[in-house]
Amino acid sequence: MRLIGESLASLRGERVVFRNLNLDVAAGQALVLHGPNGSGKTTLLRILAGLLALMSGKLRLLDDHGNPLAGEQRDRALHFITHQDMIRPQLRVRETLRFHAALLGAPVREVDRALEAWGLGALADLSGALLSAGQRRRLSLARLSLQPRNVWLLDEPLVALDAPSRQNLNDICAKHLGTGGIIVAASHETFLAGSRTLYLGTGA
Amino acid sequence: MLAYANPQRFLRLARTLTPWTLGAGVLLAAVGVFLGLFVAPPDYQQGEAARIIYVHVPAAWMALFVYVCMAISSAVAFIWKHPLADVAAKASAPIGCVFTALALVTGMLWGQPMWGAWWVWDARLTSVLILFFLYLGYIVLWGAIEEPTRAARAARILALVGVVNVPIIHFSVEWWSTLHQGATVFRTDGPSMSTSMLIPLLTMALAYNVLYAAFLLIRMRTEISERRLRTIRLGLEAVS
Amino acid sequence: MRTFSALFWRELVLNVRSSGGAALSAAFFALIIVLTPLGLGPNSAILKSMAPGLFWIAALLATLLGLERMLQQDADDGTLDLLRLSPLPMELVVVAKMVAHWLTSGFIVAFLAPLLAPMLSLTQDALPILALSLLIGTPGLSAIGAAAAALGTSVQRGGMVLAVLVLPLNVPFLIFGASAVSAAQSGNDPWQALSFLAAASLVAMVVGPLAAAAALRLNED
Repeated sequence: MRLIGESLASLRGERVVFRNLNLDVAAGQALVLHGPNGSGKTTLLRILAGLLALMSGKLRLLDDHGNPLAGEQRDRALHFITHQDMIRPQLRVRETLRFHAALLGAPVREVDRALEAWGLGALADLSGALLSAGQRRRLSLARLSLQPRNVWLLDEPLVALDAPSRQNLNDICAKHLGTGGIIVAASHETFLAGSRTLYLGTGA
Repeated sequence: MLAYANPQRFLRLARTLTPWTLGAGVLLAAVGVFLGLFVAPPDYQQGEAARIIYVHVPAAWMALFVYVCMAISSAVAFIWKHPLADVAAKASAPIGCVFTALALVTGMLWGQPMWGAWWVWDARLTSVLILFFLYLGYIVLWGAIEEPTRAARAARILALVGVVNVPIIHFSVEWWSTLHQGATVFRTDGPSMSTSMLIPLLTMALAYNVLYAAFLLIRMRTEISERRLRTIRLGLEAVS
Repeated sequence: MRTFSALFWRELVLNVRSSGGAALSAAFFALIIVLTPLGLGPNSAILKSMAPGLFWIAALLATLLGLERMLQQDADDGTLDLLRLSPLPMELVVVAKMVAHWLTSGFIVAFLAPLLAPMLSLTQDALPILALSLLIGTPGLSAIGAAAAALGTSVQRGGMVLAVLVLPLNVPFLIFGASAVSAAQSGNDPWQALSFLAAASLVAMVVGPLAAAAALRLNED
């Protein structure tokens, strides 16, 4: 797997968010996006996820044989964790994750395992309304453990997490990288220390 | 921006066309009003009051015509992503809305001497009224979405959904009207109309069309200038 | 298929469990019907002649209620992004939401209406047609509503905008639906109105999801 972007440029509304942006992330590597609010970190992640069109530039996701992935194949190769928590007070924790398992096409039995992996096993039958901010964040991140996918796109994964949860996230990410995964994350803090960073400035 | 290369040419063309269309429209309208008020014979049933049809009927035609134009522009914008088409659709809406309002008001003014009531639930008048609300909805949607590109996209779809529904609405209202033995005040069309009445009617219709073109050009020019201004402002913001 | 049913059940559960969902639609519908005689007076002849139209206006308004929730929250919290990344086509996403919305608004209202009918002195013979007309027509209301809700996802703080977009488009449903009930009440043939109602509903059920899916896709670039 390899994610390559060449001279990417993005236009949101009538504003150029960034231009001439290059990135190249190979298997087992992580890229952490830094930059002030409004510098286009989320926009870039959404572009990488295939949710937004580019104004110009070339973006490719290559499989292990160097062939570019497209369409549904590409969608299936990536996990996207948005910065919002997709949690509804009307749904229990387990129900929420079951719904996401169905979206990903992951087997239902993975749900409880994923809950355990993120320390949410005891909360499975709780309503989404009762979760703390950190627990909500962990539930969103638990999607990652539902199904192995090569590319993880994480938008502000650290927000609201306490120290043990951060350690857990770090361990899970390290393991993912160890098996040849790719991570692109946007963060205001140091994340996955030692990995490459990309700084997005305003209007850059 | 690349997309504005073409509007550049449009602007030049529009600048030369605007005074001509505006002049021709005003002239034609003056001739039409003169013919309608002084030359055409009074209706033998409805008397002098029937002269309002020369304002009313073409306005009602325009109400529908402009909506269809708007939908066609939206379809063009939808399929070919042409930026001018969105501008044309957006610029058409208030003009069509004014024609619709004109048809409604003249219809009400006509209803008073004919029926002794300011409003009768005539099928066509009712259709025009609902069309008026469709225009309002379209204009509201443009206003409600702050980001112009998003607003354009949403408006396209609304215009297309609207135009699919217009015949259904029209049919349902006609059907409803016959069911309730509704008034048919405005049965003025058809080949039975005398030439002396048809000529002022068609003159007015032509005048409205030319005026529509003139106002469309003016509004499109304004819209394009506003967009440019916005782009320049945003550019300045990014630099500072 | 699994994604579709999972989404459908989620929508249904959300609509049933949330305070602004099915129960609110039903209560709102009942309130309109109950309040009308208080405004018009209890004269049963007047109420009887107005009942078909009132039931349909109440149905139009009651189905408006759940529309904003249909897509707005999913658009705000990113669920819509994940739905777009899922293999389920956007049209089917809309259909799942539309059906869930209908089951928790129009469908309930269709069964509630005959129960409330005595309050407006509606003739008993007209009750089956009242229920049937609502069953046939309200799916179309949900479909047009879905298209408007999709357009509404781009509108900042704009639930009321939806009403302005939707109500004029719902005119045929009001006309055909109320006419069918009126006809049944006065002993005339309601089937012509019902077949027109069915036709309008079918057109809406095709156009609605297509337009809604197109509107949701437009936010891509």
